[in-house]
Amino acid sequence: MWNWSGASHLTWLNGLAMLIGTVIVLLLALGVVTYTIYAQRKILGWMQGRIGPNRLGPFGLMQTIADILKLLIKEDIIPEKADRSLFLLAPILAFVPSFMVLSVIPFSRTHVFTANISIGLLFYIALSAITIHGVMLGGWASNNKYALIGGMRSAAQMLSYEVPLGMSVLGVALMAGSLNLNTIVMSQHTGWWNIVPQFLGFCIFLVASTAELNRTPFDLPEAESELIAGYHIEYSGFRMAFFMLTEYVYLFAMAALCATLFLGGWSGPFLPGWLWFAIKVFAFIFFQFWIQNTMPRIRADHLMSFSWKVLLPLSLFNIVLTAVFKTIV
Amino acid sequence: MALTDEAQSIRTEEMILNVGPQHPSTHGVFRLVVKISGETIIEAEPVIGYLHRGTEKLAEDLQYTQIIPYTDRLDYVSAMINNYALCHTVERALDLEIPERAEYLRIITMELQRVASHLLAVGSYLLDLGAMSPFLYVFQERERIVQMFNELCGARLTYNYMRVGGVKWDAPPGWIDQVRDFIPFMRKKLKMYDDLITGNEIFLSRVRGIGVFNTETALAYGLSGINLRSTGFDWDLRKKKPYSIYNRFDFEVPLGKNGDCFDRYILHMQEMEQSLRIVEQAVEQFPSSGPVLGKVPKMVRVPAGEYYSGIEGTRGELGFYIVSEGKDKPYRMKIRKPSFVNLQLLPELLKGQSMANLIAILGAVDIVLGEVDA
Repeated sequence: MWNWSGASHLTWLNGLAMLIGTVIVLLLALGVVTYTIYAQRKILGWMQGRIGPNRLGPFGLMQTIADILKLLIKEDIIPEKADRSLFLLAPILAFVPSFMVLSVIPFSRTHVFTANISIGLLFYIALSAITIHGVMLGGWASNNKYALIGGMRSAAQMLSYEVPLGMSVLGVALMAGSLNLNTIVMSQHTGWWNIVPQFLGFCIFLVASTAELNRTPFDLPEAESELIAGYHIEYSGFRMAFFMLTEYVYLFAMAALCATLFLGGWSGPFLPGWLWFAIKVFAFIFFQFWIQNTMPRIRADHLMSFSWKVLLPLSLFNIVLTAVFKTIV
Repeated sequence: MALTDEAQSIRTEEMILNVGPQHPSTHGVFRLVVKISGETIIEAEPVIGYLHRGTEKLAEDLQYTQIIPYTDRLDYVSAMINNYALCHTVERALDLEIPERAEYLRIITMELQRVASHLLAVGSYLLDLGAMSPFLYVFQERERIVQMFNELCGARLTYNYMRVGGVKWDAPPGWIDQVRDFIPFMRKKLKMYDDLITGNEIFLSRVRGIGVFNTETALAYGLSGINLRSTGFDWDLRKKKPYSIYNRFDFEVPLGKNGDCFDRYILHMQEMEQSLRIVEQAVEQFPSSGPVLGKVPKMVRVPAGEYYSGIEGTRGELGFYIVSEGKDKPYRMKIRKPSFVNLQLLPELLKGQSMANLIAILGAVDIVLGEVDA
C-alpha cells in the first residue's frame, strides 16, 4: 500500500517509505523513457516506411540503452567562452522538476508513490514552470547565437503556453471540486470521464501540452532546420543526455497528467488499474508521435498569436461555461 | 513617457549570424552571413564556392565526350538533363541528325529525371519547414526512377548516359513497360502528397505570401524556370524554343499567380504531372526498333565559332556556351547555371524577413550547390 493520504505527519517509517517510493518512481520513469524513445523510433520508422532500430538485442530493444551509455562515456566538453557555473547548472535545473512532477501522479488506486498532496495539480503546473529556467540558462550560458535564439524562443513559447494550459485544467478542477489528483480520478471513476463534459478543455490541453513539450508542430526551440539544435547545441555527453531525458520524462509526465485529468486515470472496466493507466499514457504518447510525423513546424510569430488570441480566450470561455454549468446542475 | 525613454535607453545590438556552411538547411555547403536584429534580418550575404571544382576550366582540356561525365556533377539530382544540355549544344554546332529511338529515350529519361528532381525539391522543402515524413516518402518513388535509370545505364546518380548524336545504351527488354507501369503509380502518389501537404494549414501559413517578387524583378535578375513562372510569366523553353522533339507532345506549362513560396511549391507538383503526361505520350509513340546513336564522326570536332543553346532544366534555363577553334576540345566553355542565377535574388528577398522565413525562402528558391559552385 503506497498511499499516504491518511498520514498527517512525517514519521521515520513513512519517511523511509517515501524515499523508497522516490527510487521506484525514478526507475519507473527511466524505464518508461528508455522505451518511449525506442517506441518513437519504431513508430516513426513504421509510418515513414523504414524499419527503425533493429540491430542491438532482439528487435533492437537495447538500442536506447546503448545510446545512453554512449552519451555517458563521452568526453565532457564545456565551451571555453561559456558561463561555466550556469552551463553546469542548466541541465540539472531542467531535469529535476521533470522528475518531481511525477511524485503527485496516481499510477493506480493504490499507487501514489510519494506525495498525495491536496494541491497536486497546482504542484505539477508550478514545478513544470521551473524547467523553463534551465532551458533559458542553457541557451544563455552556452554563448552561442543559435543557442541564445533557441533559449529565447523556448522561454517565450513555454511561458505563453503555460497560461492556456493552466486555464484548461481549471475546468477539470471545477468539475471535481478539488486540486487533488486522486480526488479528480475518483470523481471520474463514479461518473463520466472528463473528456466528455470537458471536451473543449481537453482540446486546449492537448494543443497547449504539445507546445509545452516542445514537440512538433511547436518544436521551435530546437527547430533543426533553422536553429540546428536550439538551446542545447553546445551540450554534449551526459549533459545533453540530461536535456533529452528531461524532454522525454516530461512527455511521460504530461501523458500521465492528461490521462489523470481527462481520461479517467486508472479507472476502467475489467483490466487492472495500472494497466488502464499505462494504456491511456501510451495513447497520448502515440498521438504525439503521430502528429510529429504529419505536421510541419509552425512559425514563431504565429505560435505566439495563436496562444494569446485563440487558446487563452477559448480556455477562459471554457472556465466560465463550466462554472455556469456547475452552478445550474 | 517614462516608458519610451526607458525603451530608447536600452542598448540593442545587431548580431551577425553565420548560417552554414555546415547547416542542415542550406542544401549542401552554402554559407549565408546574416545580420539580424532580434529575429529580423537586416542584411544577408550569400557566400558560395565551397564546392567549386572548376568544371568550366577543366572542360578546356577535355574532348567533348569526356566533358559529359563532368556535367553529371553540376546539378547532381538532375544529371540526365545536364548531359543533354551539353550534347544538344554540340549537336546543334555539328548539325547532327538524331535517330528517333534516341530522341524518345532522351525525352523519357529527361522527364523522369524532372519528376525525380522535383520530388526531391518538394521533400527537402518540407523537411526545411519541419515536416519529416514527406522527405522520406519521396525517396521511395524516386528510388523507382533511379532503379530504372540504373537498369538503363548502370548508374544511380551520375548517369553519363547521353552521347553526342544519341544515347549510349539502348533500353533493355521490358524497360519501356516498367516506365508505363510507373506512370499510374506516380499519379497515385502525387495525389497522396497533395492530400498530405497542400491543404495543411500550418504549411500554408508558412508559405503563402512569403518571399514575394514580381515579374519585373524576376526578369531583371535573370531568373528562369519555376522561379520565373511562379510570377505568372509564361516562359518554358520546351514550348517557347522547342528542342529535341518536345513539339510532338501535348502538355501545359503551369503558371503561378502571386510569386510567393506557395506558388513555387505548387508549380513543382503540377510540373510533375505534366512531365508524366509527356512520358506517357512518349511511351506510346516509342519506336519499336532502330539505332540509338546517329552517324557521328570518330572524333567530335566542333567547327570554329561560338555556340549557345539553352534547355529547360529542372531549375531554370540550363545553357552551354561553347567557343570553338575547330579542335576536338572547346577553347572556352561557359555554363549558364540556373541555380547560380536564381540565387542572386536571395539577399533582396531576405531583407526585413524573420529568421524562420529565411529557411522557407531559401528552400523555395531551390538551389543545388553543385550547380551554383560548379
